[in-house]
Amino acid sequence: MRLFLLLLTLWALPSLAVVEGYKYQFEDPNELARFNALAADLRCPKCQNQDLADSNAPVASDMRQKVYELMLEGKSNDEIVQYMVDRYGDFVKYTPSFKPETLLLWFGPGLLLLFGIALLVLVRKNQNRSTAPLTAKEQARLQALQEKSKL
Amino acid sequence: MNRTLLFLPLGIFLAIGVLFWIGLGKEDKTALPSPLIGKPFPQFILNTVESGQSTNTLPKEPVLVNVWATWCPTCKAEHEFLKQLAKEQGIKIVGINYKDDDAKAKQWLSAYGNPYLFNIADPQGQLGLELGVYGAPETFLVDSQGIIRGKHVGDLNPKVWETLQQTYKAMQ
Repeated sequence: MRLFLLLLTLWALPSLAVVEGYKYQFEDPNELARFNALAADLRCPKCQNQDLADSNAPVASDMRQKVYELMLEGKSNDEIVQYMVDRYGDFVKYTPSFKPETLLLWFGPGLLLLFGIALLVLVRKNQNRSTAPLTAKEQARLQALQEKSKL
Repeated sequence: MNRTLLFLPLGIFLAIGVLFWIGLGKEDKTALPSPLIGKPFPQFILNTVESGQSTNTLPKEPVLVNVWATWCPTCKAEHEFLKQLAKEQGIKIVGINYKDDDAKAKQWLSAYGNPYLFNIADPQGQLGLELGVYGAPETFLVDSQGIIRGKHVGDLNPKVWETLQQTYKAMQ
């Protein structure tokens, strides 16, 4: 039973594999790791929420093949990513480059967080505001009201 | 508390509303801007579908380069309009038969008519990759110097042509 449960935890493992990964043979395991990392960091332009490793779109297959060929040619990761960006645009990178158009992508979440914290602080401050003690006149009025409701 | 601050949620709502409005109005939400605009058309040596002879040049005049395939239903949909452009407006169209089979392509062209000057066969999709093609049909506008001036992803139709035409006219 325990073994079965243990096995069950492995059900998501295939998601780590590269589609048609058997096609790409490397002698050096480091190169294989590099290929897998590249395939996970490049986005399929056709099925826009999948990386190259996950997608079985024809264009993703071509792009995997090209990544493999460029690796065999001895190209560096940066050169391979640049090759794809030159043809498909910045969109193919899951890690956006740092430039004016992408500032919002880089800092947007942080800004939202700051905004949330500021809002929280503001709300809390309002809640904690202590009320001033009643004046003698108000105290008398309160008492009168209480007397009245008792009747 | 500052009363004007009460309008903040309304302001945020309006800002988000405007954003969504723009997003919804976009014709094709999955179309990506091409980094190839303003760059020369990539070099290639491929056979033509018609003669099987190898070719490496586009005509030295403004052309549309249309990426199509027989397996692509949208290509079928735009085919009539391409014929219209070629016949009625005399627009030069070069085809790239993308990840397809020459025999099927020939059959398709003789059945539905041929608006192309010639077709470049790209069975492996190498030229497609160089062009950043991710889904047929795609159409590139290439000027007489061989520079890519515009790109449209999806079918060409009268509505799309209305805007694309401006780029085409500017190439003359």
